Amino acid sequence: MSADVELQNISINFGDFYAAKDVSVMIKKGEFFSFLGPSGCGKTTILRTISGFLEPSQGQVLIGGANMAGIGPNKRPTSLIFQNLALFPLMSVADNISFSLEVRGHSKADRRARAEELLELVALEGQGDKKVHELSGGQRQRVAIARALAIEPEVLLLDEPLSALDLKLRQKMRSELRAIQKRVGITFIYITHDQGEALTMSDRVAVMNEGRIEQVDTCQAVYEQPKTPFVASFVGENNPFYGEVTARNDSRVEVLCDGNKFVAEISGNDRQDAQNLAVGQKIILFVRPESISIKNNKTEMQNSFSAQLDSIEFEGHLQNLFLTTASGNKVRLSVPNAEDIDHLTAGQTMDLTFSAQKAVVLPEGNLAVD
Amino acid sequence: MKNFFAKNGPIISTYFLIAIGFWIIFLIIIPQLYMLDLSFRPNLPPLLRGGEEDVYTLTHYKHFLFGSETSKDAYNYVDLKVFFTTLATAVVITVLSLCFCYPIAFYIAKIAEHKTARLLIVSLIVPFWINELLRAFALRILFAGEGVINNALINAGLMDNAINFIGQDVALFTGLTYAYLLLMMFPLYNSLESLDTNQLEAAKDLGSSTIRTHWRVVIPHAKAGIASGSTMVFMLTAGALATPVVLSSPNTFWFTQLIYQWFNMNDNWSRGAAYSVLLLLVSVIFVLLMMKLFRVKVGEIVK
Repeated sequence: MSADVELQNISINFGDFYAAKDVSVMIKKGEFFSFLGPSGCGKTTILRTISGFLEPSQGQVLIGGANMAGIGPNKRPTSLIFQNLALFPLMSVADNISFSLEVRGHSKADRRARAEELLELVALEGQGDKKVHELSGGQRQRVAIARALAIEPEVLLLDEPLSALDLKLRQKMRSELRAIQKRVGITFIYITHDQGEALTMSDRVAVMNEGRIEQVDTCQAVYEQPKTPFVASFVGENNPFYGEVTARNDSRVEVLCDGNKFVAEISGNDRQDAQNLAVGQKIILFVRPESISIKNNKTEMQNSFSAQLDSIEFEGHLQNLFLTTASGNKVRLSVPNAEDIDHLTAGQTMDLTFSAQKAVVLPEGNLAVD
Repeated sequence: MKNFFAKNGPIISTYFLIAIGFWIIFLIIIPQLYMLDLSFRPNLPPLLRGGEEDVYTLTHYKHFLFGSETSKDAYNYVDLKVFFTTLATAVVITVLSLCFCYPIAFYIAKIAEHKTARLLIVSLIVPFWINELLRAFALRILFAGEGVINNALINAGLMDNAINFIGQDVALFTGLTYAYLLLMMFPLYNSLESLDTNQLEAAKDLGSSTIRTHWRVVIPHAKAGIASGSTMVFMLTAGALATPVVLSSPNTFWFTQLIYQWFNMNDNWSRGAAYSVLLLLVSVIFVLLMMKLFRVKVGEIVK
């Protein structure tokens, strides 16, 4: 069984400090939904509110349509996986997994059978009698998942459970988590500050900043059509160009940024938002590093500018070029490693170009701070 | 050893060796061996010591079990009763102390805000700046027939006649539990403090009741602290003297009072030594048995 989760105008304050402010979101049944944001953005607070460890100061949580006000974490159809997993170190793996059944008075044989079943689900067959400390980090992760699934929750809540793993294992666990979610079919709500995690696993993502939701969208939309400067700069790398609107019609915006005239196309989804852009308004134009090309006869697109090369950074599959425009704007662009850029030297001025389709124009606002 | 000298230099190393050596040899080994030796010797006037009559004997141990040779009883019922009452009471005191300290230690370690926790710890410690004997007398003033508690209850019209707190040994149990409270509190607090709070939340999230969470998660985690605190409270209660002297009812006799009598009033050091050795021995055996029962290792206790 799976349930949808609805947050209605959730606010949580500790005195004057708002950990969450007017958060509303509808998480669909069986969805893999992530809350993505920097530390301190309120995402853990939201998770604790859904699990019942925290009562919202205002607003309500509905799970499967039922109001959860006053219902404790032990009575909600949710299971929480803690950041440090919080496995019980003095119990065997099987006892850990079947603890929720023990609590509900299931027989020993029953518990054992269910533990075996879940161990199989997380590919740990026959490891039930081990102690938790005898397992590796990835195995513990899977025990924590099995333990949380034992009571057949309708919603599984995950509080950055992969953050303690090393990179390779983390990547492997991402696809495993995703596969487990597909198999059990219940709603997963995932909290992370790692956009890679959020984008690879989720059906939809809510990007949070300072207690508010900035945007709720599919991963692709969050990346390609950010709705706020914060989202544009927090999710992935982005190059901001500050300027103002010089002309606008239904399909395109023209802007002037430090003497450069740029054009951005407005796609269908953004038309509504683009209506708010007025001529003369202060804006930021965003272009992703991978959308900027070195200009030559073949690559020339609608928008061009030039900048001075500062340094080149090797990143395996990519090479990052760091440049500065005449007005001092820092620009970063990424080219596939296959591309030959050996002839480039620091200090030289380069002509660059990018497509109007790849540019996003947003009203001026705060960027994510690194 | 060479390493130790090389690492710490000759002066500090020598100081360490002398200090530790003095402690172990002069404060632990020699007095205990002397007591053990004394307990197997007859009680002789100083002039006869080391003479022909000064041979090893079991007479004092026999006296503990069977009484004096002139007694008609098969066993030394009086002393045996005092001995076992003392041990049994010490067990009860230990359990009382644990029951009393566990919730407080848990509250301070896991629930209270940082500031409240510190305040509570200080208020636990401060009363123990007062001498043990004075604390016992303070309790006597509270519990006496015309003491503070009786007077308050009678004046409030809650009862007509004073309760004999001392005669019923209420004062003794309270006094002993309180006397060694901190020795239970701190090991417990330490072990509870190291429990990851997420474990409590995880148990709750999985549907566990508070009692089951304590039974399955908290107590197993705190086992070493419980064992350590219980051992100390039991040992010290069984060996307490001042509190029983001040607070016990006229009918209750503590085994240490017996030992005290043999040493000081009857001037029979050998018998006093034999009784001390017995108390030590049985207490140690008892503690070892308990540790075995609860599957705790010595290493965990001293952690």
